[in-house]
Amino acid sequence: MNICVCVKQVPDSWAEKKLSSTDSTLDRASADRVVNELDEYAVEEALRIVEAHGGEVTILSMGPTEAADSIRKAISMGATAGIHVVDDALHGSDALATSLVLAKALEGRGFDLIIFGSESTDARMSVVPAMVAARLNLPQLTFANKVDVDGSAIKIQRVTDYGYDEVSATLPAVVSVVEKTNEPRYPSFKNIMAAKKAPMEALTLSDLGVDASTVGLGNAWSQVASFADRPAKPAGTIVTDDGTGAAHIEEFLVAQKFI
Amino acid sequence: MSEVLVLIEHSGSDVKKVSLELLAIAAGLGEPSAVVVGPGAGDCVAILGEHGAQTVYVADAADMVDYVVAPTAELLAQLVSEKSPTAVLIPSSAEGKEVAGRLAVATNSGVITDAVAVAADGTATQNVFGGATIVQSKVSSGTPIITIRTNSTAPFVTGGSATRVDVTVALSDVAKSAKVTNRVSVEKSGRPDLSEAAIVVSGGRGVGSDEGFATIIEPLADALGAAVGASRAATDAGWYPHQFQVGQTGKTVSPQLYIANGISGAIQHRAGMQTSKAVIVVNKDADAPIFDLADFGVVGDLNTVIPDLTARIKNRG
Ligand SMILES: Cc1cc2nc3c(=O)[nH]c(=O)nc-3n(C[C@H](O)[C@H](O)[C@H](O)COP(=O)(O)OP(=O)(O)OC[C@H]3O[C@@H](n4cnc5c(N)ncnc54)[C@H](O)[C@@H]3O)c2cc1C
Ligand SMILES: Nc1ncnc2c1ncn2[C@@H]1O[C@H](COP(=O)(O)O)[C@@H](O)[C@H]1O
Repeated sequence: MNICVCVKQVPDSWAEKKLSSTDSTLDRASADRVVNELDEYAVEEALRIVEAHGGEVTILSMGPTEAADSIRKAISMGATAGIHVVDDALHGSDALATSLVLAKALEGRGFDLIIFGSESTDARMSVVPAMVAARLNLPQLTFANKVDVDGSAIKIQRVTDYGYDEVSATLPAVVSVVEKTNEPRYPSFKNIMAAKKAPMEALTLSDLGVDASTVGLGNAWSQVASFADRPAKPAGTIVTDDGTGAAHIEEFLVAQKFI
Repeated sequence: MSEVLVLIEHSGSDVKKVSLELLAIAAGLGEPSAVVVGPGAGDCVAILGEHGAQTVYVADAADMVDYVVAPTAELLAQLVSEKSPTAVLIPSSAEGKEVAGRLAVATNSGVITDAVAVAADGTATQNVFGGATIVQSKVSSGTPIITIRTNSTAPFVTGGSATRVDVTVALSDVAKSAKVTNRVSVEKSGRPDLSEAAIVVSGGRGVGSDEGFATIIEPLADALGAAVGASRAATDAGWYPHQFQVGQTGKTVSPQLYIANGISGAIQHRAGMQTSKAVIVVNKDADAPIFDLADFGVVGDLNTVIPDLTARIKNRG
């Protein structure tokens, strides 16, 4: 069972994020760069599957030079190798371009399973896994909170508004997992050392046969026209409860016509 | 005037409010056409007509909902190539965004997610980074595909009636490759839907237990006719089911009123409720960051303040 996990490097979700004032792309220098927290669940799920069924886990990321650190970080959880798509022409790529590049990098490598996080904490679009499944013509088993693999059959529980759907398909397939699937492990010392020496393939757009004029900021399918900070909210009224707290809230609810 | 396709979310004949909101937004861009998929689709035609749809495309074949996402995307792709619409509007639910993503790939079009408004020229307004930044963006290639958040506008009753047009699509093999074999519903509470509710009463670690949710949070919600929400600390502890989690990895809500009880206001929680119109906070720590968002806040113990408040609301009858 060979599994590829797609991992994105993002600004720490604990930091306030900003857009760059020069080109309206994410200001990556304004916060620490970390592995998208939600992708750690994808790595964990992949490791559990190969532990049960044998095989190897490869980590794939598209991102600037520094993204290699996040690939090594993900490998140190127990993966074997990394693939890093890095090319200056990719700066400012949107979800369509990202999914195109990831699909090209995945194509023809014979992965049985491709696992994603359910969302990047910076873009928060939750569309890349579905787009990659569409581009690769593979079954889409997304928003899984439980994944069962048995031979070439795969079954997941897909989280829905009303509960969950049971979904089944045949491998190869594309999966995304939600954060309730598992508890990501901490890298062991042995795996941290091994990750430093793990094979890492660096690929450019020309290696992938992707025309640079189809990706990047200038060629994105949508453009940011302008942006602004949300106007600061005027300070509210804060009272300390001395037994009249509830009465004060009641007055507020009446004044605002909620009751 | 050119058509604007609106994907309708419904369960049987019950049309979700967000769908009617999208018809109101579509009317500002062109002629609204609704697209309804799956069993019960035909039962939605009248209400969609009353809310401005001129045409309702009905695709009620059972296999439209037997597979994950792809059938709806293939149907929309077919309608896009036949009708050349001005735009396609889709609810910003988890599933809606995936439909939008696949449709964007299939039609080689730009996609904008989580918009809260769309101007007549197609410029979409998005609140990003948990509502801290407001972005104006526009699709520059292909047919604009825009997903729109619930509660972004009010539904508008035109009193019109729509023409029903039945449509079918020959699904590709890959669209049929991820099969839904069973649907499991968790118990329904009878409370309003969390993402659509006008008022959300939310609880965090400060609520202390599942019993706290049952005896303190739910009674206040019921007195106000509100939905219940929870922070991740509360859902992780198992005090409340995960689908009620509000925040970055839960639901994004934008109600008229959000009441945060025993929630500190971590950045990932604020990301899901920052655009609420009014916010009330009850927290015993005066330094909790959630007070920055409060229109009205009480520094106090929710175990005394909330039951007192619930009793007061009930006494008003
Ligand atoms: C990638 C990522 C995604 C995340 N996604 C989400 C998300 O979607 N939603 C989310 O909520 N969080 C999310 N989090 C977690 C978030 O960082 C916080 O840990 C979480 O929101 C804290 O929940 P809380 O406010 O209930 O708990 P705490 O931060 O522990 O706050 C509890 C509050 O209750 C108050 N309190 C205690 N007792 C009482 C009492 N008797 N009366 C009144 N007040 C009392 C305390 O003063 C405190 O302010 C995410 C984190 C990460 C890293
Ligand atoms: N640049 C990238 N490189 C690798 N994986 C990515 C990248 N962008 C997104 N992903 C994957 O797609 C998922 C969803 O991202 P998004 O659609 O941006 O919310 C993430 O959790 C990652 O698994």
